[in-house]
Amino acid sequence: MEQIRGTSLLVKALQEEGVDTIFGYPGGLVTDIFDELYHHDDIKVVLPRHEQALVHEADGYARSTGKVGVCLVTGGPGAANMVTGIATAYYDSVPLVCLSGQVASSLIGDDAFQEADIVGITRNICKHGVIVNDRKNLGRILKEAFYIARTGKPGPVLVDLPKNVMVELGSDEYPDKVNIRGYKPSTKVHIGQLKKAVDLLNTSQKPIFLIGGGVNIAGAQAELTKLVELTKIPVVTTMMGKGSIDTKHPYYLGNVGMHGNYAANMAVTECDLLFSIGTRFSDRVTSKISEFARNAKIVHIDIDSAAISKNIKVDIPIVADAKEAITAMLNYVNEHETTEWLQQLLSWQAAHPLTMQSNNGLTAKKVIDHINETCQDAIVVTDVGQHQMWTIQFLELNSNMQLLTSGGMGTMGYGFPAALGAKLGNEDKTVICISGDGGMQMNIQELATAVAEELPVIICLFNNSSLGMVRQVQTLFFEKNYSSICTRRRKSCPRKCSGTSEQCPPYSPDFVALAKAYGAEGIRVTTEGEIASAFQQALENTHAPTIIEFIIDKDDLVLPMVQGGKPLYEMILEH
Amino acid sequence: MEKRWLSLFVENDIGVLAKISGLFSGKAYNLESLTVGMTEDETVSRMTIRLISDDETFEQIKKQLNRCVEVIKVVDFTNTPIHMKELLFVKVRKCSKGDLDELFRIAEVFGVSITDYDKESVLMECVQTESKNNALISLLSSDFQSIEVVRGGSVAIESISITER
Repeated sequence: MEQIRGTSLLVKALQEEGVDTIFGYPGGLVTDIFDELYHHDDIKVVLPRHEQALVHEADGYARSTGKVGVCLVTGGPGAANMVTGIATAYYDSVPLVCLSGQVASSLIGDDAFQEADIVGITRNICKHGVIVNDRKNLGRILKEAFYIARTGKPGPVLVDLPKNVMVELGSDEYPDKVNIRGYKPSTKVHIGQLKKAVDLLNTSQKPIFLIGGGVNIAGAQAELTKLVELTKIPVVTTMMGKGSIDTKHPYYLGNVGMHGNYAANMAVTECDLLFSIGTRFSDRVTSKISEFARNAKIVHIDIDSAAISKNIKVDIPIVADAKEAITAMLNYVNEHETTEWLQQLLSWQAAHPLTMQSNNGLTAKKVIDHINETCQDAIVVTDVGQHQMWTIQFLELNSNMQLLTSGGMGTMGYGFPAALGAKLGNEDKTVICISGDGGMQMNIQELATAVAEELPVIICLFNNSSLGMVRQVQTLFFEKNYSSICTRRRKSCPRKCSGTSEQCPPYSPDFVALAKAYGAEGIRVTTEGEIASAFQQALENTHAPTIIEFIIDKDDLVLPMVQGGKPLYEMILEH
Repeated sequence: MEKRWLSLFVENDIGVLAKISGLFSGKAYNLESLTVGMTEDETVSRMTIRLISDDETFEQIKKQLNRCVEVIKVVDFTNTPIHMKELLFVKVRKCSKGDLDELFRIAEVFGVSITDYDKESVLMECVQTESKNNALISLLSSDFQSIEVVRGGSVAIESISITER
């Protein structure tokens, strides 16, 4: 057995796990690791410009490729900057291994330079976290980290690496098996329970499938489509479940929840059987719990037993991987007579189709419609806010399209770096980031990363000079008291602004000039007629990102909207 | 809302206690007492946890605990035959001669040992069920001027043939 340094064993672990790209930001406590990486051409190290963005990049890479995303940062501020990224990945079940440098074991507890108890800080926001206290455990801990991250309900795992452990000599062995007595994820489906659920399905008159992100994570889109076509039962999705079936499929009704469409929310309210797969019934999906699916029996299939009966009491719980469960179901289900129910749903759909409030001039929908018409094979990544909801409402997804979004955590600043991660993992795909002027500025420094890596990501930046989602809430529920949402506001403005006028200060920054300062391209679009040519120009810019800044009206709202605490069927449909 | 008991088998590792207590505080579960100690297997610790919750929250707590990688096994002790005891120390000070006599009598009746004393203080050591310890404390605090109480929290193990809780 050869004796090697901890740093060499780490690189060996990455190689054995099939990692070819990592996202790393160096610092005093990881210099030994970066020195080791310097000598290995088979692992690409991407240098983001901030550790929060770094984790989002690994997240976008992981969501779009299905591989484990790997982060490497230094201790103290480097590790602490990862927190938002880790929480985002945890909420949306994204497999990450986050490696952080730590001060030497002998200094821990001494308040040493850049010492931070990152395992403690992240304890409640990662799937598992551990400090390597002994060189002899390094191989096992790394093996377990990758295993825990990608199995069961996936999630981020943090491994803290004290400096002395990484330079210490030890075994070169990287284990090939894992045996963790407290962690035995089961994906197998209990056939007896499943048959009971199918029996319920067979006796229901108004059944509906509610599909969550678990189906996308399990890669069960084809199986789901088969199930729907076999049973002829209509489907609604959560935000994270969007794309689990072609959005143009005749049995697909759209998204449910706070900004779900009328027919989908009514379908859930009026159905007699809610057959849910891979969703955790977030409050954004259920709204007022006592009125949610009030007439329905509920079947719930989820890989996480703790997700079952947490928010919603269910009649038939099934703990299983979505793909295994749906595949097994295909053996037992029959075609249903759903014509009458479907007609009801379609009449709701026709009565209240999804639309923007205003159809005048340049709107987010017109830009998304252009993407729908021209892209059949792209990855679309959103940030968080109104643009995110419009994208989720209007974007069409087929099996070659993918949508990445921060669902659970709702992290502003997620979109752009995640899009870069997606592009790094899918160089031959078009990657479009849809962002707002608020979220874009939370990680705009990543333009430098994108330029350095020559990533031709197209950034659709909807600029309405405001933090639009908060402004919408203020419009609807706070008597238009526009508190702290104007991004044009300057010191000279009156304390209480009555609305924008000709006297308003110019917008800052100038995104077109800023893009150019970074070595990227910038295009400003103010009219509908310029959309197509701007996209054409962006597509021709094949070695650097392009920001297309769309100047849109700040008064446009995301509707329907269900106010927090109200039942799902009480939607604000127009304003 | 009811009183519940859990016995947890966990990895004897750094941070496991923080993980478990952090789960309770982070999710606003109501933790009443928690004891932890090593077992016959030095890699395993056992925790005895007392909490108050409704049925649904209790189910969720068990699932959340099971989700922790460091948790090997979660056993619900709420309705199973167990033996459960708690160590209690009570120091009674400012005693008169009559008080001392009374305390020695109480000790005899309650099955409490007196492990230390001087002319005006007594140290009582009591290994009893939690409710008996509660009764002793309430008796002593009403009859004596100055008492100091330290309690260890209950530990529990499954019964062989009889139950004591």
